[in-house]
Amino acid sequence: MAKIKYIEFNGTEHEADVVNGLSVMEGAIQNDIPGIDADCGGGMSCATCHVYINDDEWFKKLPEKEMGEDDMLDQAFEPKSNSRLSCQLIVSDDLDGLTVHMPEKQV
Amino acid sequence: MIKTDVVIIGAGPTGLFCAHQLGIIGLKCEIVDNLDKIGGQCIELYPDKPIYDIPAVPKCTGVELTNNLIEQIKPFNFNFHLSDRVQELKNENNKWLVKTLNGKEFETPNIVIAGGVGSFEPRKFPTKSAEKYDGKSVLYSIKDKTIFKDKSVVIFGGGDSALDWAIELSNSSKVTLVHRRDEFRGAPASVQKIKELSDNKTIDLITKYSIKDVKGNGSLESVEIKSETGESKVIKADYVLGFFGLIMQLGPIAEWGLNLDKKTIPVNTENFETKKKGIFAIGDICTYPGKLKLILSGFHEGALAARGCFKYARPDEKYRFEFTTASSTIKDRLGVKE
Repeated sequence: MAKIKYIEFNGTEHEADVVNGLSVMEGAIQNDIPGIDADCGGGMSCATCHVYINDDEWFKKLPEKEMGEDDMLDQAFEPKSNSRLSCQLIVSDDLDGLTVHMPEKQV
Repeated sequence: MIKTDVVIIGAGPTGLFCAHQLGIIGLKCEIVDNLDKIGGQCIELYPDKPIYDIPAVPKCTGVELTNNLIEQIKPFNFNFHLSDRVQELKNENNKWLVKTLNGKEFETPNIVIAGGVGSFEPRKFPTKSAEKYDGKSVLYSIKDKTIFKDKSVVIFGGGDSALDWAIELSNSSKVTLVHRRDEFRGAPASVQKIKELSDNKTIDLITKYSIKDVKGNGSLESVEIKSETGESKVIKADYVLGFFGLIMQLGPIAEWGLNLDKKTIPVNTENFETKKKGIFAIGDICTYPGKLKLILSGFHEGALAARGCFKYARPDEKYRFEFTTASSTIKDRLGVKE
């Protein structure tokens, strides 16, 4: 279980306890947290669960990107070097305290 | 004006199988899709990824599933209207008048929305200033490449479209290619070619930059790009091209008064009709208690919606349930000889 903080582009904060094994994307969807669309349902086939990890320490701590995640991020709205697809961030105890920031929009 | 029994919006697996069910019960349909090919998300998002949960098909790819569905509806000779989008619906005397973006018109008692998560559209630049030039000097696809001759063209993106057009246009235009990172997702041969063209100064290659602003006075003059570390550059540009892949947009469907709930359309589970008589919704775009976004659910929904359409298309006839194994009428429709 990890406590994940989701911050919308307008600054609204949401916190959710997400069980291990779910993705950060699923944590948002299951808790009705707005700002993550996840059109493809977690298949790394769209780029609508895009988030920023603003804390550099956290960014380095996250599991590395798999092949294809950066290719998908090329197609996201305003990708940056600290961008991740939240469907690829699988929750474990190690992620307790992670904060993700949402982009202005997903599509 | 094309008169038909049903207009299906969306040529993904759900729309295709619904067409099959319509054909089986003797109805005609016309199928409209925004993509230039049949298959919907299966063909656009995961053509080569294996699917493992189609009943009785242990494993197949998006392409294989699409091809099999196309094969299955071949006997009915239904028309596809690709690269087009249903724009407007109007009800007149219990018939729906349907207009598309390309100006096609249909008259039908039934519309089946099998639109998935919406239609695929190119992702556009996030900069507001680019909207003003959209379709004129800021472009997301190329119809006529001769307009770029001897012009300054700035291309954004790192996939095959961006690379292929940068290579192609470098013969006759001043090309700058801008990408947000050093790696490209295009084919290795194209990436290699881009590096050669950059090394011999045929094109300008700028990485780790993205668009900031487009500027002009009536016509486009330049594009400003920014790096994440805060530097910016201004590049002369007659045309700016963006190739960031496709995103799914609900589009006009949102304006048809169907009580949308989180980009989905509520339906009843008896025949998947929406709150509007004669408009049905099936597949990923519909919602009801217990809805699963599975292809197999879309098939079931399409079969029931087809029977719902029968009632309005043949008001004076009684629908008769028949099996494909036994019915000679169905075998005739399928053109099966015994």
